[in-house]
Amino acid sequence: MYEIKVNGQTHTLDVAGEMPLLWALRDVIGLIGTKYGCGIAQCGACTVHLNDVPVRSCSVRVADAAGQSVRTIEGLADGERLHPLQRAWIEEDVAQCGYCQAGQIMTAAALLATKPVPTDADIDAAMAGNYCRCGTYIRIRKAIHRAADLATAVYVDAAAGEQA
Amino acid sequence: MSRTGSGSQDNGLRVPRRAFLKAVGLSGGGLLLASLTPNRSLAEEAVQDLVVSGELNAYIKVTSDGRITIYSPHPEMGQGVKTALPMIIAEELGARWEDVEVLQAPVDSARFGEQRAGGSTTIPRNFDEMRRMGASAREMFISAGSLVMEVPREELHTGDSKVIHDSGRYMTFGQLATLAAKQTVPDPESLKFKSREDYTIIGTSVSGVDNLSITTGLALFGIDTRVPDMVYAAYEKCPAIGGRVMSANLDAVRKLPGVLDAFVVEGNGDVRELLDGVAIVGTSTWAVFEAKRQLEVQWDESGASKDSWTALVAQGQSLAGQRGDELVLNKGDVSGVFADPTNTTLEAFYEYPFVSHFCLEPMNCTAHYRKGPGGEPDSLEIWLPHQGPGRAIQIAGSMFGLAPENVTVHLMRLGGSFGRRVYGEYICEAIAISKRVGAPVKLTWSREDDMRHDFFRVGGFQWVKGAVNSDGRLVAFEDHFVGMETDGDAVSGSRFGATEFPLENIDHAYASKTMLDIDTPCGPWRAPGSNTTAFVTQSFLDELANAAGRDYAEFLLEALGARRWFDEGNIRSLNTGRAADVIRLAVEKSGWGRRLPPGSGLGLAFYFCHAAHIAEVAEVSVTEDRRLTVHRVTVAVDVGPVINMSGALSQVQGAVIDGLSTMMGQKITFERGRVAETNFHQYPVLRMPQAPEVDVHFIQSEYTPTGLGEPALPPLAPAVGNAIYAATGVRVRKMPFADAGYRLV
Repeated sequence: MYEIKVNGQTHTLDVAGEMPLLWALRDVIGLIGTKYGCGIAQCGACTVHLNDVPVRSCSVRVADAAGQSVRTIEGLADGERLHPLQRAWIEEDVAQCGYCQAGQIMTAAALLATKPVPTDADIDAAMAGNYCRCGTYIRIRKAIHRAADLATAVYVDAAAGEQA
Repeated sequence: MSRTGSGSQDNGLRVPRRAFLKAVGLSGGGLLLASLTPNRSLAEEAVQDLVVSGELNAYIKVTSDGRITIYSPHPEMGQGVKTALPMIIAEELGARWEDVEVLQAPVDSARFGEQRAGGSTTIPRNFDEMRRMGASAREMFISAGSLVMEVPREELHTGDSKVIHDSGRYMTFGQLATLAAKQTVPDPESLKFKSREDYTIIGTSVSGVDNLSITTGLALFGIDTRVPDMVYAAYEKCPAIGGRVMSANLDAVRKLPGVLDAFVVEGNGDVRELLDGVAIVGTSTWAVFEAKRQLEVQWDESGASKDSWTALVAQGQSLAGQRGDELVLNKGDVSGVFADPTNTTLEAFYEYPFVSHFCLEPMNCTAHYRKGPGGEPDSLEIWLPHQGPGRAIQIAGSMFGLAPENVTVHLMRLGGSFGRRVYGEYICEAIAISKRVGAPVKLTWSREDDMRHDFFRVGGFQWVKGAVNSDGRLVAFEDHFVGMETDGDAVSGSRFGATEFPLENIDHAYASKTMLDIDTPCGPWRAPGSNTTAFVTQSFLDELANAAGRDYAEFLLEALGARRWFDEGNIRSLNTGRAADVIRLAVEKSGWGRRLPPGSGLGLAFYFCHAAHIAEVAEVSVTEDRRLTVHRVTVAVDVGPVINMSGALSQVQGAVIDGLSTMMGQKITFERGRVAETNFHQYPVLRMPQAPEVDVHFIQSEYTPTGLGEPALPPLAPAVGNAIYAATGVRVRKMPFADAGYRLV
C-alpha cells in the first residue's frame, strides 16, 4: 500500500512499488490527462510535478513517489480558475493533435514557477525534453510568453484591487 | 480577385464557446472552469432536455436558448477539421461563432456518409456539402422569420445568429429555432452561397474547439478510454513481419502479477488485418507491458519478411546510370539532347530511407464484444482513434460476422496520425482479444510495438539526369525511380507519374521505374511520394541551375514556362501561374538574392501536390564541422481561400518542423525482416531549441479550397539542402542528412 497525494487529494494505492507513477495515475486513479509516449523518459508526454519539480512519470516508481505530492494537468487550474498557461494555450491555439500538450504545459508551469518572465533561451532550455510530433514549438514558445504576461497582469490587477 | 496577406493570429483569435467568452469577460485574469467544461454534466444535460430543440438537418441543432450545436463529421488528428468544417456551416447559416458548440458526430454513414480524413482532402471534399448544410438551415430560419415577422422572405437575411429584416428589426435563432426546424427543407439546387466579401467566419482565426479539453486533461483520445469492468491488453507479434507463433511460455506469463490471461491469437496472415501473436490481458497497462517482457515466443519465420535495408541500398545503387524496365514517359529526344556537346549535362543519385509515423499516441483500441443473450446476435462496441472509423464496422462484418446494426463505433480524437491510422490491424487485435475474454478490453501498443510494426514511409532511390543549354535553360530531364512493391503491387508512397514537375513543362523528358520486392509494410506518410520526390527533383534542378550559373528562382520560373493550367478545371493538376506566384512571393518575402556571410545561405524549393502550390525558402548557417542552424523558413502558399487562418498557419509551421525533423535524423532500418529502431533513443525528433522561425504568406486565390495537412512538408528538405549548398558548396543527396555528419543546432 502506498499513499500518494495527487492534486491535493490523498490516494491509497494497492499496487506494486515498481509500477511507474504514470500508470498508477492513468489506470489506477483514473487521471488520464497525463500521457504515455515512450516509457523511457525521452518524450516528456508524461510530465507531472513531484513536489513542484517536473518529472517524467513513466520513470518514477510509485514506491519513490509515496508520501509525496504530485500535481497533474487535472490539478493545474486553481479551482475553477485556469492557470495562465492553459488560458494562453487556448488563446494562442497551440495544439494540433494535442497529445503532448499536457506534458508541455506541466513543464512550462514548473518553468514559470521559478522564472516568472522567461527569455526565449530559458524556454528552449526548459522545454527541450518535450517532443511535439506535430511541431507546435513556435506557438508553445509564444504561449509561454503570453502566460507570463497574463500572470503579471493578474498580479497588477490584484495590486490595483488592494489599493482601491 | 486575389488576396495576399501574411496570416497573423494576433488580431482577434476566436475562441470556441460562448461560455468561454463570457468567462473571459468575468475573469480579470483567470477563467471560470466550470462554465467551460465541454463535456456537459448530467445536470446540464437535464436542463438541455427541457429546452426545446430544433434539428435543422443532420449537422445543425439550435435550441430555444440560442445554443447552436454543429456536428463535425470527420476524424480529427491535429489537422484542424473538427474546427474548420463547422466554421463553414456556421458561415452559411449566419451564426455567431461564439454561440456555436461543436460536437464530434457519431459514426453513422446513413447520416453523414463515409466519415474519413486523409490525403488533405477533407476540406475540398466537404466544402460544398458544409456550405449546403449551413445555407439550407439558413433558408429554413428565413422561412420561419418570414412567417413570424410577417414580411417577405426577400427582405430577410441572417447574421449574428439572428434573422434580420431590412428595416433592422430582427428575431434571434433561439426564438425561431422550433419553427425553423418545421420548415420545408429547401431544394439543394436552389441554395445560394455567400460571396467571399461577406464572410465573417471563414478566413478568420478560430481557436480549436477541443483546446479547453486538451489543456485541462479531459478524456478525448482513444487511449483515454475507460469503461466499467475494462481490462488491459498487450499484443506481441513476431519481430520479423509475418512470423507465426509455434509456442510460448504462456503458463509462466499467466502467473505474473497483474496478469489475468495470456493466449495465442491465430491470425489470417494479412498484415492489414490480423497477424499471429500472443495476447496478454491484465489489470493495468503496466502489468501487461511488464509481462510482455517476460514472454518467450518461438516463432516460425519461414513465411516472415526477410527484407534487408542494406541489400535494398545495394540493389538501388546498382541501378544508378541505368533506365528502369517500366516506362513512365518518353517525350522528345532526351538522348539526343544529352549527347549535344553544347549542352551542360549532369547526373546524380539520390537516396531516402524508410521512416516511422511515430504518432505520439501509440496505436490503441478499446473493444467490447458482447455475446448475444439467448440466441440474440452478438454485438460490438468500439472506442477508436482512426482516420476512417467505418473500417471497424467492415472488420466486424468480414472477420467476426457481425451485422452493421450490431456495431457501435465511438470515434475518438487521434493523437497524431500522418497517414498511420488508415489501417485496421489494431482494431482486429482488440476485437479478437475482447471476444476471447468476454470483457471490454483496452489494447495499447507500447512505443516499441508502434515503431516496429508501423506501415512505414517507404524508402527508395532515384537516378536523375538533366541538361541545360548554352542559354542556361533546362532542356531535358530524366528520372529513374527505384521504388518498392509487395506481391506485384507498388506500396503506398512508391509512385512516380508522368505529371511530376518538370516532366510536363519541357520538350525532352524521360521517366522509368524499377520496383524492388519487399514484405515490410508501407503506408501513406504525410504527403506520400511527394515528401521524397520533392527532395530529389528540387535538389537536382538546383544542381542544374548552379551548373549553368543561374539563379534558381529565375531558372525555376523559366522551367515552369508560360502561365497555364495543364488540366483546366482540375485542381489536382499543376497550374504554372499559381506556381510562379508562390515562388515570386517566397522570393520577395525571404529577401532572396541578398548577400549573406560565408557559411550562410538561402535555398529555394517549389512543390505542387494535394492541389496546393507551395514555395519555401530556407535560411541556414553551417559550420565547418557541419553543425547546421536553420534560422528561418519563408513559406508562400496557395491553397485557395483559407478556412481557419490560425489552423492553416499551424499546419504550415508544423509541416516545416516535421519535414526538418525527418530529413535531418530519422530512418528506419531492417535486416532479416526485423526493424532495428524501437524507441526514441534510436530515432531523433526535432526539439524546441532547433525549431526555426517560420514565416508564412498565403495567396488566397479564388480556386476551390484544399487541405493543408500535408503539402507544406515536401518542399522543406530540398529548400534546406539547397541552402546548405549555397552556404558551403556541398550537395547532400541522401536523407537523413545526419548520415553525412550534419547536426541540427
